[in-house]
Amino acid sequence: MRVELLFWDGCPSHPNALAELRRAMLDEALDPSTIVVREVETQSEAALERFVGSPTIRIDGVDVQPPGEEPVGLTCRVYHRRDGRISPTPDPADVRDALLAARTATTERR
Amino acid sequence: MTAIGDHAPTFALPDTEGTMHEPGKAPATVVVFTCNHCPYALAWHERIVRVARDYADRGVRVLAVNPNDAERYPRDSPEAMRARVESGEFEGVPYLCDQSQSVARAYGAKTTPDVFVLDATGVLRYRGAPDADHDDPAQNAAFLRGALDAVLDGRDPNPVETPPVGCSIKWKA
Repeated sequence: MRVELLFWDGCPSHPNALAELRRAMLDEALDPSTIVVREVETQSEAALERFVGSPTIRIDGVDVQPPGEEPVGLTCRVYHRRDGRISPTPDPADVRDALLAARTATTERR
Repeated sequence: MTAIGDHAPTFALPDTEGTMHEPGKAPATVVVFTCNHCPYALAWHERIVRVARDYADRGVRVLAVNPNDAERYPRDSPEAMRARVESGEFEGVPYLCDQSQSVARAYGAKTTPDVFVLDATGVLRYRGAPDADHDDPAQNAAFLRGALDAVLDGRDPNPVETPPVGCSIKWKA
């Protein structure tokens, strides 16, 4: 399973997002040291990565909260928690569900 | 850059209908730099509007100022600002466009949101975050409310300053 966190340094939310991602992986008995953390520094990198804002978490290439038609760019990403609150980081439950879905998909492929 | 105890810069900025607003002679004035695209500004927004509503009968004015470069961040365009106002998100709070970014620079604003509380004489009495946690609505803009209560009672706010938390202001190149 490939777990990636992409961030832009102009937004202060990635340390919290990384901490929550690590917790979610530990809760699912996954090794958080395998997280690949990458910085997106330029608009052209953002376009290349289809980066719609910081932080972006992808598990096996799938965004934990698919961004729909959001434009790519160097910005802070707006997430919606399950209780409706707006947040700079994804709902931890969405992250856990994404981890579980990726694990299930991996198991089924074997 | 404005420090606690300084006279805050005066300004006149247009709201989304073109009406000019300036910090006036209110017993206290809140100038909050904010925007449309930042999750921190959005997370705190309702709490700030509630402050405006709750302190209106004590004469407090709240002015929201969007300083971001709308060319690079079209979600902060005047049209997008107007749409939020028309949807009722800014009830009782004029949403002002700082297109030249001169007001944000004069205040030394860093982030959206970044809150400045002025007393009746225009002196800066509090600067920083609305409360301790954007993610906890129960915080209810406690820093801002505490600062307003202090200013209205003629006391010094405690704290007088907190680190502003949010997205960096998107300065023009």
